[in-house]
Amino acid sequence: MKRQLFTGNLVRLVAANPESDPETLATWSRNAGFLRLMDTDPAQPWSLARVREDMKRFESKGDMFAFHVRTLAEDKLIGFVSLSGPAWTHSTVWFGIGIGDDAYWGKGYGTDAVRLAVQYAFEELNMHRVTLNVFDYNVRAVRSYEKVGFVLEGRQREAMQRDGKRIDILYMGILREEWVATTRAEGED
Amino acid sequence: MNANLFDGSLVRLSAPDPDRDADIESGWTHDPHYLRHTSLEPARPQSAAQVKEKYAALAKDTGGTQFHFSVRTIEDGRLVGFVGIERIAWAHGTANIQLAIGSPDDCGKGYGSDALQLALRYSFDELNLHRVTAFGFEYNPRAIHFFERAGFVAEVRQRQAIAREGRRWELVVLGLLKRDWRSRQVIEARA
Repeated sequence: MKRQLFTGNLVRLVAANPESDPETLATWSRNAGFLRLMDTDPAQPWSLARVREDMKRFESKGDMFAFHVRTLAEDKLIGFVSLSGPAWTHSTVWFGIGIGDDAYWGKGYGTDAVRLAVQYAFEELNMHRVTLNVFDYNVRAVRSYEKVGFVLEGRQREAMQRDGKRIDILYMGILREEWVATTRAEGED
Repeated sequence: MNANLFDGSLVRLSAPDPDRDADIESGWTHDPHYLRHTSLEPARPQSAAQVKEKYAALAKDTGGTQFHFSVRTIEDGRLVGFVGIERIAWAHGTANIQLAIGSPDDCGKGYGSDALQLALRYSFDELNLHRVTAFGFEYNPRAIHFFERAGFVAEVRQRQAIAREGRRWELVVLGLLKRDWRSRQVIEARA
C-alpha cells in the first residue's frame, strides 16, 4: 500500500468544505468561458444557493465520488473532479473535471487531478474502464486526457451548438490494462 | 403539412394506457433477451405494478425533456412496443432515441422500422431537433444494423464497456443528423 490515493505532485483531492467553498465556486461561474468548457447546459452564473445544492448532490454517497481539488503549495481551492454514474456490474464509470480558477490552466494542475481521479477509479473503485466526454474546442483538456492515457474512441457529430457553429462531442476512454501499463512505465523511469 | 404524424403503414404512435399495457409490458420483462437488448442494468423482471409506477413517473415529468409513445398495430391496436425520445437538450437540438419491440413474435415484421421512421419524423419535423443519438450493444448486431439501415452512423465505440456472457463488448453510439434524414426522405419520395 505505497500509493498516496489523494496526493499528487501539484494538487490533492479533498472533501468539499460546505462553509468556505461555495463562495469560491460561485465566483468561478462568473466566467462563461469556464462554464462552456464544462457543460452543455446553457451558461448561467451560479447563485450561492445553487452551489450549496449542487455540493449536496455531489456528496459522495455510493453512486457518486466527488472531490474538491486544492493545490499542495498554497492549499488553494482551484477545482473539482467527479466519478459518477458507476455501472457496477460492468465496472465502468464516468469522469468529470472542472478547474475553475483560470490562473491554474495550462500548468499541469488539471492533469495531476485527472491522474488522481483515474487512479482512484482503478485502484479504489476497482473499475475496468473510465469514460469521459469533452467538447471538440477544448483542445487543452483533450491533450491533458491523452497525457493520462485516455484514448479517443469517437465523436458525436454536431452534438452541440455554440456561437452559431455545430460542434462535435468527443468520447474518450481508458482501460485498466492501459492504466497499469502507464503507471508501470512511469515506475521504471 | 403532414397530418399523419402518428400513423405509419403498420403501426401508430399512441399514448400509454397503463391499466391495459402494464400486464403486457411486465410479460416482456420476463424474457432475459428483451432485458439484455434494451438495458445495461442487471436483468430483472418487473411486475405490472412496477411498470405502472414507471408510467406514473413518466407522466409526472413535465420538464419537456422526453416524449414517450406506445407502439400499436394499425390493424388491431395491439401493443407491440414503445419508443422514447429522451434527454432532449433544447439549446443544442439533440436527443437520445430508444425503441423496443416487446415480443420476439413481433420482431422481423417491420413494426420496428415503421415505428422508428415515425419517431424520427416526430424528432425532426415536430420537435425540430438537429440530431438524434441511439445506443447499440455489440452482442446485438441486429439492432445496430437496424439503426444503420435508417441512416444512423456508428460514431463512437466505447471499448470493453459491457461485461456479459463472460467477455467484454463494445457500447456503440450511433448518430443521425437531420439533413441526412431529410435527404433520404427526398430520395424515397422520388423512388
